[in-house]
Amino acid sequence: MSWRRFFRRSRWDEERARELESNLQIETDAQIARGLSPEDARAAARRKLGNATRIREEIYAMNTIGWLETLWQDLRYGARLLRLNPGFATVAILSLALGVGANAAIFQLIDTVRLRTLPVSHPEQLVEIQIGSTHRTGSFTGRRPMLTYPLLEAIRRDQQAFSGLAVWSAAQFDLSQGGEAQNVQALYVNGDFFPTLGVEPIAGRLFVPSDDVRGCGAPGVVISYPFWQRQYGGAASVIGQTLTLDGHAFDILGVTPAAFFGVDVGRSFDVAVPLCADSIIRAEKGRLDGRASWWLAVLGRLKPGWSATRATAQLAAISPGLFRATLPEQYGPDDAKGYLAMKLAAAPAPAGTSALRRRYDTPLWLLLGATALLLLITCANLANLLLARATAREREIAVRLALGASRTRIVRQLLAESLLIACAGTVFGALVADWLSRFIVGLLSTETSQIFLDFHLDWRVFALMSGLAVVTALLFGLAPALRATQTAPAEVMKTGGRSATDTHERFSLRRALVVAQVALSLVLVLGALLFARTLQNLATIDPGFQPAGLVSINLDLRRTAIPAADLAAAKTRLTERVRALPGVTSAAEARIVPFDGNFWNELIVINGIQQPGIPYFNRVGPDYFRTIGTKLVRGRDFSAHDTASSPAVAIVSQSFVRKYLGNGDPIGRAFRIRMPPGQTSPNYQVIGVVEDTKYQSVRDPFGPLVFTAAAQDPAPDAFGTAVVRSNLPLATLASEATTAITGIDPAAVVQFEPVEQDLYSLLLPERLMATLSVFFGLLAALLATIGLYGVLSYMVARRRNEIGIRMTLGASTRTVIRLILGEASLLVTVGLAIGVVLAVASGRAANALLYGLRASDPLTMGLAAALLVTVAALASWIPAMRAARVDPNVALREE
Amino acid sequence: MPKRGTPPLQGDLLQGTLDVLILKTLALGPAHGHTIAHLIEQRSDEVLQVEHGSLYPALHRLEDRGWISSFWGTSENNRRARYYRLTPVGRRELAEQTSRWDLMVAAINRVLKPAME
Repeated sequence: MSWRRFFRRSRWDEERARELESNLQIETDAQIARGLSPEDARAAARRKLGNATRIREEIYAMNTIGWLETLWQDLRYGARLLRLNPGFATVAILSLALGVGANAAIFQLIDTVRLRTLPVSHPEQLVEIQIGSTHRTGSFTGRRPMLTYPLLEAIRRDQQAFSGLAVWSAAQFDLSQGGEAQNVQALYVNGDFFPTLGVEPIAGRLFVPSDDVRGCGAPGVVISYPFWQRQYGGAASVIGQTLTLDGHAFDILGVTPAAFFGVDVGRSFDVAVPLCADSIIRAEKGRLDGRASWWLAVLGRLKPGWSATRATAQLAAISPGLFRATLPEQYGPDDAKGYLAMKLAAAPAPAGTSALRRRYDTPLWLLLGATALLLLITCANLANLLLARATAREREIAVRLALGASRTRIVRQLLAESLLIACAGTVFGALVADWLSRFIVGLLSTETSQIFLDFHLDWRVFALMSGLAVVTALLFGLAPALRATQTAPAEVMKTGGRSATDTHERFSLRRALVVAQVALSLVLVLGALLFARTLQNLATIDPGFQPAGLVSINLDLRRTAIPAADLAAAKTRLTERVRALPGVTSAAEARIVPFDGNFWNELIVINGIQQPGIPYFNRVGPDYFRTIGTKLVRGRDFSAHDTASSPAVAIVSQSFVRKYLGNGDPIGRAFRIRMPPGQTSPNYQVIGVVEDTKYQSVRDPFGPLVFTAAAQDPAPDAFGTAVVRSNLPLATLASEATTAITGIDPAAVVQFEPVEQDLYSLLLPERLMATLSVFFGLLAALLATIGLYGVLSYMVARRRNEIGIRMTLGASTRTVIRLILGEASLLVTVGLAIGVVLAVASGRAANALLYGLRASDPLTMGLAAALLVTVAALASWIPAMRAARVDPNVALREE
Repeated sequence: MPKRGTPPLQGDLLQGTLDVLILKTLALGPAHGHTIAHLIEQRSDEVLQVEHGSLYPALHRLEDRGWISSFWGTSENNRRARYYRLTPVGRRELAEQTSRWDLMVAAINRVLKPAME
């Protein structure tokens, strides 16, 4: 095959035409020279030369590649036909683009979140060290608290399976020198982290094991590529500059490559510091010696010849020794028993780890299912449209068959047309996919938790998309193409052919397609309603307080000159400053603000008996309940008279009273916190009862809550939190409160967060499901409407003369309309019945994501059906009206 | 993809012969299609008649193989005409095909001659 010849074939042909023409002239001259008249000479020359077109064709055939030539012809023919029917082309291409695009977008998300391996060397050798059944107590910090530092050191000593361990823990540091916080996302990593992953610097150097040794003085910091670009404009001079993290100076050592975002998919980092820096940044609260401080996650690189299974076996074998050697000394017998029974395991982690993955796993797969349905509907719709077109071109095809066109050629031509639609649909689909995935990431990101996903169309997504296009082209191109050529030409060309029986079969295929569309649409519309109602249910839950207008203020006093003994008083004073600001209604200290992601729970003991369940705790200042907008139903609030030296007091929720205190007056009752051996809990006396409030999540039912007094904190630290209710805009409140607070000490760092923002973030998966499923549901309903409209219009067109006869025989307009609407309601009813069965069958997968209703909720089902019936009625109204306006005279004369 | 219109020499004696005749004609100097046909007819004492329907495809084929090349020139009667000339590759090919032709003629003669005696 010569492509060179193929692409030059037209030029060759012109050349030959000119050559043959010149030869005709020369031949004519020769004949004239022999004495013929010019006319006779020209005729003789023509005779001698023979059929010039034949010669050209023969040479053209030598140059061309047969199948390619006809394919090109077919494609051009298809394109011409599409241009002639812009309405059809637009609907076909747009609906396919939306179907394919939605599929590719969701798949791209799944790929990025779930399937894609980490951008490091040999990701397939990576495993994560995890703890099988966990019985762990203590403090949990970081995004993935799997191990403690003492445990890590023991593992490093005894393991044999790994050539290197990459240890990390996420944190947040503040770049500011005081005032409003400028937070950066940080990673604590061990010295082996970058060498184990095989990440190379693009500037400077990365950490090596000697950077991470206990007692490292002022270790350096490694920054990420995006942070380098954002903060320093990518300047090379950044190496050696100093960065202030939580008030501590770090030298910048190097920059990681652009593709490296860490090992936690969905999050990225700005700066990385060695693990040993923990003892500088957190000072006496450092976690390196904490046997109950869970904060580290570990990826191991398997040695050649080791599998995850073999590594698990080795880790299990050394587990008893490891846990015995690192048993936290403060554990009681129960905790110790659980701790010693734990086993380490190695789980394959070529794609890293991800909290995002766990949180969005079910939603993403469900959405992929929904988009697959959408694509099916799209295909059914297109098949219907193409079938209608094939029918309209029945005569044309019959004529061409009769003239000797081969069936394969005609089928190929019709297929080429679908292929064009598929290709255009894919191209636009790629645009839709890009837009949709950006939209989804935008939807998932909030100001405080930026979702980082590295989107680029990789080959798998591309393969999926082109695969979809080809399958779709075959699916909706082949059936109409084959059907169009199966009809005998004579049958079609007969003038009465329009009412011939062969059309009945074709018509039922179209009806089946509409029924399928209605059925699948019901599933999607039902899903849309279920997820929209779930979001509405969750968003309108009464959390027991008023989150609107409530702002939480986080204080960091570590860098201030305030002595430790004065911290509690300083925090109270700062809260009072904020309360005194104009526009602030009220303010109160609180250790935990509802929905901020923190929690604190304790076992309690009443009259010496340990109680079942673990109530949540909080430590709040006076006026807290009025500030968040909940009511004190009995007793009194905390006051300035509750101090460190006065008797310990507590306020409990109504649920707490019901669960632990029973009937009778709760005021004056007492309980203790269950403490580790050797420590004693104060005897908390109940002084008040408040209404129930939600604590961690709006989905959780109201549980028992205990509030202790801020002023009675046994170990006040340098961190403080307050809630503020005001009618000021957030920016105004933030700047005024910052000024007020830094007025006391300029090194104080503050941070503001509207409580509603946290509530919003908590509902993100539900919001994603609701937004996208409503989008898909509307699209499905729209496509089904187009399909139904198409079938009915076609039916009206085909039965024009039947309708004309009926009207001549006395049928009223109403009878005719009823005829059309009867057809429509039959299709819709059958579709809905099948749809209900499908919906019930597929609904179980969705139940886990629903709130306040089940997938089989009859009201929602009814609503979805009613919605579809309404749009179906609209879709059938126009064809019915058209049928009613048929003029019998005109309709009958046509025959 | 098989090369269309280029069957082996032995398969189509007539066509293969036309090719070598064209090459031989062009060995004398550049010529256009009409002259080539005319010369072949003249030199064979009008025994061989060259069909234009075969001549032009043959010229195209030879040019495509690089044995001859073409250019536009002016004919004896001041007409624009497409001239062909032998390329060095074509010259080698002519020599090879001529000796192959001699071999074949000799072989055929060895078969035919004894029967005629």
